[in-house]
Amino acid sequence: MNSAEQLKFRDPARAAALEAALAEQAKRLGRAPVTVMHVCGSHEQAIAKFGLRAAFPIELDVIMGPGCPVCVTDVPEVDEAVALAKQGVRIATYGDMLRVPGTAMSLADARTQGARVDVVYGVAQAVTLARQTDEPIVFFASGFETTAVATAAVLLAEPPANFSVLSAHKYIPPVMEIVAEMPGSKIEGFLAAGHAATITGWGVFERFVERHRVPVVVAGFEPLDILAGLVRLVELIADNDIRVDNTYPRCVSREGNLEAQARLWRVFEPQGGRWRGIAHVPNGNLRLRDEFAKWDARRRFDIDLAQLWDHAPPRLVAQCQCGDIMAGIASPHDCTLFGRECTPDAPVGACMVSAEGTCKIWHQYGGHPDLRQIRRRA
Amino acid sequence: MRNPSYVDDRITLKYGAGGSAMRALIEQIFAQGFGEVPGGIGLAAMDDGAAIPFGDAWIVITTDSHVVQPLFFPGGDIGRLAVCGTVNDLAMMGATKPLALTCATIIEDGFARDDLALIWSSMRTACEEAGTTIVTGDTKVMRHGELDRIVINTTGIAITKRVVPDCGLVPGDKLIVTGTMGDHGLAILATRGELALETALVSDVAPLNALVRRALAVGGDQIIAMKDPTRGGLASALHEMAEKSRVGIIVDERAVPVRDEVRAAGELLGIDPLLVANEGKAVIAVRPGAVDSVLDAIRSHPLGRRAAIVGECVDERPGSVIVDTGFGRRLLGEAEGELLPRIC
Repeated sequence: MNSAEQLKFRDPARAAALEAALAEQAKRLGRAPVTVMHVCGSHEQAIAKFGLRAAFPIELDVIMGPGCPVCVTDVPEVDEAVALAKQGVRIATYGDMLRVPGTAMSLADARTQGARVDVVYGVAQAVTLARQTDEPIVFFASGFETTAVATAAVLLAEPPANFSVLSAHKYIPPVMEIVAEMPGSKIEGFLAAGHAATITGWGVFERFVERHRVPVVVAGFEPLDILAGLVRLVELIADNDIRVDNTYPRCVSREGNLEAQARLWRVFEPQGGRWRGIAHVPNGNLRLRDEFAKWDARRRFDIDLAQLWDHAPPRLVAQCQCGDIMAGIASPHDCTLFGRECTPDAPVGACMVSAEGTCKIWHQYGGHPDLRQIRRRA
Repeated sequence: MRNPSYVDDRITLKYGAGGSAMRALIEQIFAQGFGEVPGGIGLAAMDDGAAIPFGDAWIVITTDSHVVQPLFFPGGDIGRLAVCGTVNDLAMMGATKPLALTCATIIEDGFARDDLALIWSSMRTACEEAGTTIVTGDTKVMRHGELDRIVINTTGIAITKRVVPDCGLVPGDKLIVTGTMGDHGLAILATRGELALETALVSDVAPLNALVRRALAVGGDQIIAMKDPTRGGLASALHEMAEKSRVGIIVDERAVPVRDEVRAAGELLGIDPLLVANEGKAVIAVRPGAVDSVLDAIRSHPLGRRAAIVGECVDERPGSVIVDTGFGRRLLGEAEGELLPRIC
């Protein structure tokens, strides 16, 4: 997108009009607070960066759900990567994954102790790394379906034999079911992530909406996209009009990217598994199918997890509220560690590690994202 | 975030990032027993330099060690940086006629003589631009691997009739930046190997004393405070001003001048240009009545053409810096640790 194109979606005058429309729709609700959830770290980044919470009507509470793939990577998955690294296998992964805590340590800790861990910007770079050497390279893969498609494309293109994938890829639609069904859930609508829907299509949410009787609106990531998505979502809630709507039509269609879906499901199959801090999510994990076994690190290596069990988990972990924060039950302000014992420099929980994590984003923008009380002097 | 407990057993990179961790370290260790200059400004004030009363004037003194990777970057090199950094710290205290600089150099065994000559040549050029010179120095050579190629320290001294602090702001005061933000930091980040970005980014490293002299000539005592937004960028400079003066500062993000290419590189790397270093810019707090004339004076200087009023002081939330994004408002966080590009 060129900058002129981008500016269209960053026009403060249009934003003011949308903010007024949002306030009007929120008034129609006739009650407060009404809670809606987005499920994407990029949405939270944009909301925080552009200070949108200060512009949301007081009736509306916008919370972030399990929208950070790094954060929901479960402890045993991190342990697998750490164990492999400590067994001397060279690991390539995204920078955000380095400091995600496992039972005993993170990959960054393992690296300090001599393990070899390369930071890469994408799966293609990990394959390049593998081509430059004869030794095994394991790509520790995290990300939702959007990122998993890139991993799938690489595996379909016959990567070198010394390359393999330790998949921690996750699939978003099933976890929305979990969150919607949580006892005491106050969530009355979901803002779905535009980039994931680019792959899956917005049709993927139709059954969800029927089953849980909450509206879903697909939205993009520029400030105007988010505001427009929220206006529509609150309107649907006010009208009790339960359906899926798409406010990101310039990228998202009903059926999505069929070619990408075909590749995704040829390489991966959904499996049940734990998401860190949340729950066992049926079909929430993406694992390699049998025909790709030769590139599956779990089947190629004997991963010795027992070596990590001699170490006690860090004391503070018991107090970490990442799970409740990702489930939308708590906010970082409910956590006694936030900004004190837990900082980006010394994270206790995964939400403080990743650029997509709620705690990290709040911390990055000064710790208090909601400035609705502040008025400017005349 | 304010008031975190900086009590680590080891000094890590975050303590050198120019933010709250560094200020805590100065308070807890360096300023212990060294804080006060009777009737002047000492270490405890954590200003850009010290001011010692001398007759009816002040001797202003400041020191700065320079380490930059790479040594030669678009728009300058470590030599130019070493001169400008110290000249600008003096200027931020109101001392715009640097009498002289000293220069201590620590060199790693094996360093190329040609590179050293290049660095000194640009130090001479920068001194000429600033109207000063280097009058004494010190040289050490260390074994290979004992430091990263070269460290240059400069100390500057000047006499001024009026010392400008970096505090004293009251609600209603306006904040001027003298030009585009983020140029130096993003130019440096973009040259680093693993990012391999091909950009047209150029560091802004330049001596500001002449520009500041012009501003002070027009603004006089209506200029309340000055600070150069180096490490930690505009964010750290404003945080320091807000904390020391116990005022809130509201920044109009759309008014902050940022070059298109800096903005683009920042978006790509996930780095806010307001959080990265500038080496040829100042933040100047001015009483509202004088702000327009001071702005005009700054803009009439070649280094100040893109100067702008970017914010004002308020009485809400003392100590906080709030960004008005045009869409809403948020707090302006400070850089922590080393700035790394966002990944994912």
